[in-house]
Amino acid sequence: MSGRGSSSRITDEEINELVSKLQSLLPESRRRNIGRASASKLLKETCSYIKSLHRDVDDLSDRLSALMATMDANSPQADIIRSLLRS
Amino acid sequence: MMACHFLRALFRIQQTSTSSSSSGRSRRIRRAAYASMAYSAGTRRAWSRALLRKLRSRARLRFPRRLSRAATPQRRDMDQAQVLRKLVPGGPSMDDCKLLEETADYIRCLTTQVRLMQTVMDSISS
Repeated sequence: MSGRGSSSRITDEEINELVSKLQSLLPESRRRNIGRASASKLLKETCSYIKSLHRDVDDLSDRLSALMATMDANSPQADIIRSLLRS
Repeated sequence: MMACHFLRALFRIQQTSTSSSSSGRSRRIRRAAYASMAYSAGTRRAWSRALLRKLRSRARLRFPRRLSRAATPQRRDMDQAQVLRKLVPGGPSMDDCKLLEETADYIRCLTTQVRLMQTVMDSISS
């Protein structure tokens, strides 16, 4: 697949392969939403999934920030991070 | 390794931001998350190259949240490939085939990063 020029013909089979690969990356609950997958529905579900992952990153950043506010350099939690770094 | 980079960044943020605002720290953590994703994929992927470029130019990291309903009022069926292109870094310059490949890799990386952040959260909270 890699190294393909943009002018070369993409076969339906290759598209289907990529589409099913994409489908396999969605969590089970989202796969159920699609049912008998149309490419359009799958893409829509994929977009929705990526957006929710972006939101997760934002949300976890906020929560980590709040947690870190309660830490100081000598607290046990800092040791946890240090030990995670060492492992 | 993604975990190593992210944890080191967290440690730096912890050391240097005792007086800064919580939202400032949150932004730095978010940026560190996307940076460690991009560094772990390196230059192998179009999405990570695009992300690295954005990070180095210090541009704000923004991803669209809402579908723009006003954009094409006459078409009820939005071109989902176009929506996807806005969500995957470097998307606009990819053809459909490349877009699907890059999307698969990007999703894998994102889920790994989210899991990592959750693990760190759980470790700190316990």
